[in-house]
Amino acid sequence: MSLYALQKLLYELNRDPAVQEAFATDRETVLGRYRLTDEEADAMRRDDVGKLYILGVNGQILMHFAAWRGLSWDEYIATMKDALAEHGQVRGGIYAAVDGGAGGAL
Amino acid sequence: MSLVFAGIMSHGPGMTARADRADPAVRDPFFAALDRLRSELEDSRPDAIIVIAAEHFANFFMNNMPAYSIGMAEDYEGPIEDPDWLRIERRRIPGNPDLSRRIISGAMKQVDVAYAEEWKFDHGIMVPLSFLTPRFDLPVIPANINCQGPPLTPLSRAYEFGRAIRAACDAVPERIALMGTGGISHWPATPNSGKINEEWDREFLSRWSRNDRSGLTSYSDEETLRDAGQGGFEIRTLIAVAGACEGHGGEIWFCEPIPIFATSGFAGVMDVSEAAAAKAA
Repeated sequence: MSLYALQKLLYELNRDPAVQEAFATDRETVLGRYRLTDEEADAMRRDDVGKLYILGVNGQILMHFAAWRGLSWDEYIATMKDALAEHGQVRGGIYAAVDGGAGGAL
Repeated sequence: MSLVFAGIMSHGPGMTARADRADPAVRDPFFAALDRLRSELEDSRPDAIIVIAAEHFANFFMNNMPAYSIGMAEDYEGPIEDPDWLRIERRRIPGNPDLSRRIISGAMKQVDVAYAEEWKFDHGIMVPLSFLTPRFDLPVIPANINCQGPPLTPLSRAYEFGRAIRAACDAVPERIALMGTGGISHWPATPNSGKINEEWDREFLSRWSRNDRSGLTSYSDEETLRDAGQGGFEIRTLIAVAGACEGHGGEIWFCEPIPIFATSGFAGVMDVSEAAAAKAA
């Protein structure tokens, strides 16, 4: 489980325009700098925000990343709900869904 | 001098990013309460404002996470979020490094505080400032309590952090305003975003307005997570303001659930006047 490394990558992406630029132009090189599992790297390759949520990325880190990747608020919430239905409960961190992911304001 | 103003308010990014989607019947009186905060803040003629916030990985990460940190920079940049998403333009906000240094030195006598000469603001500070100092012209001293990456500081220590800030403010000649921002119950950035435990919020804020130290600090993190969500861990910021105003009570001006803001909109103040202290004594 390298959730720490995955979150560190996202943390640095969120706050550093230079890392964002590198990610946009040569994503593989940026991903290679972090000790990600194959599953994590794959989610990052596909901008799979829903899967990143299931993998346990802190919601505050993920919300910023989702905004940067151009997801609207409704898309962001819907992506997490879809991922919950597909993959089941969040696997780590403190942002697990409650009530089966039901409710919430879109 | 000392504290000339002390208040609390919510800071959800939805307050600016999704303001147009909130029910006007609730949103408008909430924003009116925030405007009243702005007005009282201005009337207190502060030289600087200390914002006790719960940042969201804008500056600090689990490679070296301070329980408490205070900024000591010339200026601060924010927001780190996409400005079009947050609907707050990116800008530099003035600091006051000399005053920061004296506040930090004073607070260190009671609490071990990290300091930071570099600090980027996220919505946790930018959203409150956009309502309180819309021209972003009042020097800010940011203070952070780790509410995101456990292990988290105990609530009793958050109260002590507030007391330490108060003692530091008492020892400088400047007029200082204090604002605590953080969620009460909420499940932000989850599929449940918009879930709010209104009863829990009202009970917490009732304890806050009475400055009921033992009541405020009696929640276990397990209880908070169950009843108030992971966002509830941010009560540390509000408890710190109570600590800074020990011996004073306050008022909650507004508290209503606003699901699209992912939290209750709330605003409150402590009466920091000498008369209030004398009355409490």
